Amino acid sequence: MNKSNLPPSRFELEVPNKLKTEEMTLSMGPQHPSTHGVLQIILKTDGEIIDSADPRIGYLHRCFEKHAENVTWHQVIPYTDRLDYIASMNNNLGYVIGLERMMKLEVNERAEHLRVIVAELNRIASHLIALGTYGLDIGAFTPFLYTFRDRERILDLFEEICGARLLYNYIWVGGVAYDALPGWRDKVLQFCDYFLPKIKEYNDLLTFNKIFIDRTANVGVIPAELAINYGMSGPGLRGSGVPYDLRKIDPYSIYDRFEFDICTGRGEMGTVGDCWDRYWVRVAEMYESVKIIRQACEAMPDGDAKETVPRNIKVPAGEYYMHTESPRGELGYYIISDGGKTANRIKVRSPAYSNLSILSSIAPGVMIADLVAIIGSLDIVLGEIDR
Amino acid sequence: MEPIIKVFFNFIPALADLPNWLAVTLIGVVLAVGTFLYIAVFTLFGVWLERKISAHMQDRLGPMEVGGWHGWAQTIADTIKLLIKEDIVPEKSDRFLYKFAPYVVFTAVMAAFAVIPWSKKFIPANLNVGLLYIISISSLGVIGILMGGWASNNKWSLYGAMRSAAQMVSYEIPVSLSLISVILITGTLDMQEIVYRQSGTLFSWNIFHYFPFAFLAFIIYFIASLAEANRTPFDLPEAESELVAGFHTEYSGMRWAFFMLSEYANMFVVSAISAVVFFGGWQAPFGFLNFIPGPIWFLGKALILVFVQMWIRWTLPRLRVDQLMYTAWKVLTPFSFALVLFIAFWKVL
Repeated sequence: MNKSNLPPSRFELEVPNKLKTEEMTLSMGPQHPSTHGVLQIILKTDGEIIDSADPRIGYLHRCFEKHAENVTWHQVIPYTDRLDYIASMNNNLGYVIGLERMMKLEVNERAEHLRVIVAELNRIASHLIALGTYGLDIGAFTPFLYTFRDRERILDLFEEICGARLLYNYIWVGGVAYDALPGWRDKVLQFCDYFLPKIKEYNDLLTFNKIFIDRTANVGVIPAELAINYGMSGPGLRGSGVPYDLRKIDPYSIYDRFEFDICTGRGEMGTVGDCWDRYWVRVAEMYESVKIIRQACEAMPDGDAKETVPRNIKVPAGEYYMHTESPRGELGYYIISDGGKTANRIKVRSPAYSNLSILSSIAPGVMIADLVAIIGSLDIVLGEIDR
Repeated sequence: MEPIIKVFFNFIPALADLPNWLAVTLIGVVLAVGTFLYIAVFTLFGVWLERKISAHMQDRLGPMEVGGWHGWAQTIADTIKLLIKEDIVPEKSDRFLYKFAPYVVFTAVMAAFAVIPWSKKFIPANLNVGLLYIISISSLGVIGILMGGWASNNKWSLYGAMRSAAQMVSYEIPVSLSLISVILITGTLDMQEIVYRQSGTLFSWNIFHYFPFAFLAFIIYFIASLAEANRTPFDLPEAESELVAGFHTEYSGMRWAFFMLSEYANMFVVSAISAVVFFGGWQAPFGFLNFIPGPIWFLGKALILVFVQMWIRWTLPRLRVDQLMYTAWKVLTPFSFALVLFIAFWKVL
């Protein structure tokens, strides 16, 4: 909804009897059910309509970048887990590939395939959370538990391959931490067969629900130009119709070998770049991820995937910017090494941070309920924003 | 004399010897306590049922531990927890209004039980304007919600209260209009009389009269009553993802429990009204089923509708405030007006 459809604000009308009226300042968060973590948004509202929204971050700051300067290169990997804690595999991947490119290290084929499989499985798991919590924001409780039911299966697969269910610490420099057990590949393929019909279930229950479409279509429209100006990436940017996916545009690992499409918003239910489009891009990407997983499982060779480099590596002096496509967008690691055992500086370019920054420019004129829908559609993770 | 008083006199002859005012007061107190107990038990059962229904819809089990069989005592344990919980009153709240509000809401709902006919003999107060009484008394609840939201001195509560006021006032109109269609069909406001007019088989129930108009009136009534009872998709006053907990954000312990009691009682009241005015109240659908007592039929019909309300709650998302108003004023109200006209014309012809 844009502002022109709304009735004029109270302040533009004449107020009878010289009653004093003012905007209400509302502190949404840090403890609020639908800010997706400890995010505070200072709202100025005129009744239900928002005049300005000012996100305040920093409640989850854990000094990632400072920690990374004081531990060895390998010890940074568990910290990267904790950035975007619902897509840890993708965080590992970006950092590790960055180091490998600095060290000019080749990784064996099996490890590359395993990395792609776990990264894509993690992308599905992350999108499932995004879908479920988005339903929760709109008021539908049931899809949330459906998506968690299926995410559980992915976590079981991860548990089997690396022992952890949330913070994996799986992708190591030169390979992966543990090779997959025999039979794991078949379980992944079984999951793919199980999962595709479930996406249809979410679509029936939530995506094409009339109320859901009414609540999300034409809400929080982000034009492509605005999205680019704010440095958005990931499903947020693709929802606005920009086909920008680093897996295609700047392929890393072995993504250039697989066939998949970039999903973009087409404005099927309303305007290009509305909340429904961003949501739909995530649904469509799950199909694409399943495609990639299937191809990678078919092509995965036998052999040993364990890493071959010693634990105490030294990275040659220099600097490198490695960007990968995490479920939330362009996750960048800017790594500076002075040739020692620890990093000189690691700067993280957080996709959710850039995606959230657009909030204050699209929030004015929407209703409080729409603001919740917009935050949900941006799919932020505060662990990554605050670091 | 009220039939219910006669029943009491037949049951306990000593009562008839007392002065009339005393006997009537005693009977009134007994009925009120009985209603309260019923609401309490229904809420215990309703909350448990809702948890189980939602759990089974969502691929989980729900409460399974307390009490053994499917966690039947879970809500009883919860009630004990609520009773012994600290009663927090926010420092800068309007203390009197804050403490008073839950009881206003609850009283308004409980008062509606007075004219609900449970069987041929049992109706607490057989008013000749029963339906009108219910429509008017149940709209009092919004005052309590406004009081609670305002007195909490919390902006989220205020939002919830304001939404609630707007919503309940708007949805009263389609509710009343769809009930007017029934009044046109039966020609009476007396709840017991409305039930009697539907005696016979399934097809003499009001919902099958003037087909499809009365049926549409039921649909409109049901949708609007969801909004009256603050249930999904119209649960905006307590939209937890937007307003934290709406008008009862600041409430805790037993005062919060009274809001819950009223919500579940309200669910039952709106379903009971549907059962009485559209589904033949305590009458059996077919004559040969008459051996089953009236209250069971009545409760069964009402509980099925309560189940449908829960079913809808765990399926649908929530509307936005402007869409809610759109639904009330531009969809339900004109349609229910049209229904009243159609039924009136049909009746004249």
